[in-house]
Amino acid sequence: MRVTDLSVRYRTTAEKVPTLKSALVRLGRRERAVRVVEALKGVSFEVPQGAVLGVIGANGAGKSTLLRTIAGILPPDTGRVEVRGKVTTLLALGVGFNGNLSGRENVVLGGMAAGLDRADIEARYDEITAFADLGDFLDLPMKTYSSGMYGRLAFAVAVHLDPGILLIDEALSTGDAAFRKKSEAKMRELCAEARTILLVSHGLATVRQLATDCLWLHRGTVMGHGDPTSTIRDYTRFVDVGEDAVALDSV
Amino acid sequence: MSTAVEPLQVFEPHTRQVPPLGPYLRELWRRRRFAVHLARMNLKAASYDTAFGQLWQVLNPLLLAGVYYVLFGIILGGDRGGPDYLSVLLAGLFAFTFTRNALGLGATSIVSGGRLILNTAFPRALLPLSAVASALLLYVPMLGVYGVFHLIGGQPVGWQLLWVPLLVAIHTVFNLGLALVFAALTVYFRDTSSFLPYLLRIWLYLSPVLWAVDDTPERIRPLLAINPLFPLFGAWHEVLLDGRSPSPGLLGYAALWAVGLLLGGGWFFLTREREFAVRI
Ligand SMILES: Nc1ncnc2c1ncn2[C@@H]1O[C@H](COP(=O)(O)OP(=O)(O)OP(=O)(O)O)[C@@H](O)[C@H]1O
Ligand SMILES: [Mg+2]
Repeated sequence: MRVTDLSVRYRTTAEKVPTLKSALVRLGRRERAVRVVEALKGVSFEVPQGAVLGVIGANGAGKSTLLRTIAGILPPDTGRVEVRGKVTTLLALGVGFNGNLSGRENVVLGGMAAGLDRADIEARYDEITAFADLGDFLDLPMKTYSSGMYGRLAFAVAVHLDPGILLIDEALSTGDAAFRKKSEAKMRELCAEARTILLVSHGLATVRQLATDCLWLHRGTVMGHGDPTSTIRDYTRFVDVGEDAVALDSV
Repeated sequence: MSTAVEPLQVFEPHTRQVPPLGPYLRELWRRRRFAVHLARMNLKAASYDTAFGQLWQVLNPLLLAGVYYVLFGIILGGDRGGPDYLSVLLAGLFAFTFTRNALGLGATSIVSGGRLILNTAFPRALLPLSAVASALLLYVPMLGVYGVFHLIGGQPVGWQLLWVPLLVAIHTVFNLGLALVFAALTVYFRDTSSFLPYLLRIWLYLSPVLWAVDDTPERIRPLLAINPLFPLFGAWHEVLLDGRSPSPGLLGYAALWAVGLLLGGGWFFLTREREFAVRI
């Protein structure tokens, strides 16, 4: 996977919810309300096949944006992203999108949107449910789920859909201790199968344990790229928090 | 590992406005089952898949037809009234409900798919497409109910009814064009869906739903014929009431509107869809 000189800009309107009414009001006042946020500015890096790249950085550094661009969800403004293999995303928001449907139905819908066969998903369904271990909740509407349950299901789906490249955005942070242990073991297994993983996390200890490479983003630019231990050390020194337990572990 | 055969995907800034149509349509076709499945699931989430939910969907236009029938057919009657007028009302209101549902579901299809849009890469046109499919699924039982009234009212039955699938197809294409426009519009103006009921109400009164196309006063006919639903409903009336094939003029005009709207709406949607993820 190669990312060359990538820039991404968000264009947002000033108001929270854009409406025709406010657009007319603005037109009357002759205001332009589009604000441009440069989320990524000239980011370049390369990830070898089978590597686990930890991505760290402060809130708003552009980590989620980077993952979305690699997944082909956001178009780049400049630069180029080359990806070999099927990309499975596991972004912070998880799989489900219709809270009135059950976990099972959301899993099928999400997989079909990603371009999988329905039969394919259903064949792996037992593995997924065994891994997520949610019991009866799978057949309840997803709006009854806690955020950790959401995360568990999303993670279970993502790792069982045969990802070539797995993008994980803070999905482990809501899992409980037992599930984290299980998912770390699963990620090791996937790494051993030469899959590429991009792991965004504020849990620096997790990144240090799992990642083979580490990318540090700061306000849309790359501040460091190298082995996890030294990059994390630079990062913690930079933000001046010190490597104590609170900073290392995701709370 | 099979990595050697994995295709290389490249994401670059788009220079052209419309994404490459060939690959786009191929991806769309590959996920056609998703659109149908999503359509069913959306109905299920709104519990329209139950017998009572279905009944409610049919009952609403049916009651409306009853009210208009009493009002315009009997009280203000004149030469109207009779089964013909009831057929005009029912066919028109059911068909109009199809457009109303397609527009309503289509307008919210993108903004309510936020989570899916932010986390999965797929052709966004699938969402309005499946909204129209939902509306079509709701329309089918209405056609059945109309059929019953058609028989009871003693309307002509014959080979000309074979035109019905074509009319429904033209109507579906027309609705898809509209749904694409309004789905994209709602991303920029979230209050679009609150204007929609007023828009639809006015459109209903301007459409040949409460009166038959043949009864249109000559003076204002050219004005009313601008309405894209005018030729379509005219063709419906010819098939259902007059028991003959639709006149090629009306049919062609209706098909032209449908295709034009699909192309225009598709262009509007496709040129903007890559922006949806950053605007939701
Ligand atoms: N939908 C959006 N519209 C406008 N601006 C956005 C949008 N999403 C993100 N941004 C902006 O882009 C920048 C990068 O955001 P991003 O979500 O990539 O950060 P992040 O590194 O994932 O942060 P966090 O650690 O909090 O998850 C931020 O300045 C943010 O304000
Ligand atoms: Mg983020």
